[in-house]
Amino acid sequence: MTTADLTATERSVPPLGGFNATLLRLELRRMLRNRRTVVFSVVMPVVFFLLFGTGRSYSDESAGHGNVAAFIMVSMALYGAMLSTTGGGAMVAVERSQGWSRQLRLTPLTSTAYIAVKVLVAMLLGGLSVAVTYTAGALTGAQMDSSVWVVTALAVWVGSLVFAAFGVFMGYLLPSENVMQILGPGLALFAFLGGLFVPLEQMSATFRTIAHLTPMYGLNEVVHAPLTGDAPGWTAVVNVAFWLAVFVGGAVWRFGRDTARV
Amino acid sequence: MTQTRTVRRPSGGAVAEGVPAIELDGLTKSFGAVRAVRGIDLTVQPGEVVAFLGPNGAGKTTTVDMVLGLCRPDEGRVRVHGLEPGQAVRRGLVAAVMQTGGLLKDLSVEETLRLTASLFADTRPVAEVLERAGIADIADRRVGKCSGGQQQRLRFAMALLPDPELLVLDEPTTGMDVGGRRDFWAAIREDAARGRTVVFATHYLEEADAYADRVVLVSHGRVVADGTAAQVKSLVSGRTVRATLPGADVPALQAIPGVEDVEVRGDSVLVSSRDSDVVLRHLLNHTAARDLEVTARGLEDAFISLTSEGAQS
Repeated sequence: MTTADLTATERSVPPLGGFNATLLRLELRRMLRNRRTVVFSVVMPVVFFLLFGTGRSYSDESAGHGNVAAFIMVSMALYGAMLSTTGGGAMVAVERSQGWSRQLRLTPLTSTAYIAVKVLVAMLLGGLSVAVTYTAGALTGAQMDSSVWVVTALAVWVGSLVFAAFGVFMGYLLPSENVMQILGPGLALFAFLGGLFVPLEQMSATFRTIAHLTPMYGLNEVVHAPLTGDAPGWTAVVNVAFWLAVFVGGAVWRFGRDTARV
Repeated sequence: MTQTRTVRRPSGGAVAEGVPAIELDGLTKSFGAVRAVRGIDLTVQPGEVVAFLGPNGAGKTTTVDMVLGLCRPDEGRVRVHGLEPGQAVRRGLVAAVMQTGGLLKDLSVEETLRLTASLFADTRPVAEVLERAGIADIADRRVGKCSGGQQQRLRFAMALLPDPELLVLDEPTTGMDVGGRRDFWAAIREDAARGRTVVFATHYLEEADAYADRVVLVSHGRVVADGTAAQVKSLVSGRTVRATLPGADVPALQAIPGVEDVEVRGDSVLVSSRDSDVVLRHLLNHTAARDLEVTARGLEDAFISLTSEGAQS
């Protein structure tokens, strides 16, 4: 059994830049094996929902096409999806600090395929987080028109791509193994300023103005729109577009610099 | 186990022997003001086991990185089996065992290998490389729980997956204990016996001597010697005798058999020689030398003398 056994034609480059199902499966398993990730991304949003969304005097009040419990469930699903996708994207930082990214450069895996896997795994974890929070909601009194269940869930999930991009951007920017300990407080602040925990209407005008500029505000407005029945304001839409552009642009910029070293 | 090997060009079809495994042409690389590699030319033929020997900071790792396509030379050209390094890597022609890092702590040994295998178009079976690297018994262990030596064997197993023509090892035994080092080299040696080209960087003369057919001595970013282990070893063996001897007769000292270099520093004289006994006898019998000290000339000194010779020529 030596190298001479392989014929020349077998010395080929794999398709799709090395992207494959085994890689995706192992990456996903790795993510789910990390207890801290699972607690923060999947368990915590559910706990918050059960604490603040259920059994309250306001839980059954109307919030448009559903009740307040459902409104809070959507907020918490968005919170969980944000933590999941940011964490998934930020795995780049962990892998860079452990020298894994460098090791991967000694394989046929292209940088593009690598990032695609990171984003895909981040989105799968985000999807799991949304599904678990929605299941908890359905079992504990959240009510919405049936189409609103589907539309809001999809909006939360797809919208969390913004934060997958944020995670990748930060993953390239922060060369740290403890990247989520740095990002965690920042994400909590984004969630707070975005109105995920406390309605912004209860805040002062100055606070609201600042909040409207932060990355979670627009997405929060957009994902609740199908439930409340109010169209999201143009500030919200511009907010989402702006931050998506910033995070994707930042991720592409850092990614480009990283691969240029090759 | 000897075997005739056909060297193949990856573009298809068997080709005549003669495409070098590595071809470095006037390679230079600087990092800011630091000139890490200052013009390296080197050709390694298929089947050779070559040690890249030099002290820390000699430019070994930078050269290895350029061979692997991990960094790009400022000037010069790298060819691995006739291809650009990146092309050779993507085809699994070259694989490497790096010094540290490059492993995910939260995967098991076997998962790491399955993941790595999934990235290549063709690989040896995971079970086979586990066996050959001697880590079949710890296949289910988490990488984070493996010892340094076990992690190094895992890196070796990963490098075996694509069944590369060329295996590059960068200071592979750093941080290993003596036993681990011996076992690791036994595995590498067994592999090289099958005909694979092996190039390893090391700063241990003993490793180069014991495991390489050819030793390339690197210092200050240049190749300062290139030959068999025995040839290079003779260059770096010898001792230095230091003595207090005012007004030393330098030509007389230089005439002593085996003396390579005589240096006068004030009242002290330093004599480098392959045979320190003769020097001591001369100093004690024929001169007023006192405070004699004999030190083994380290690799470091040899590099310095070789480099300064190189600079003069």
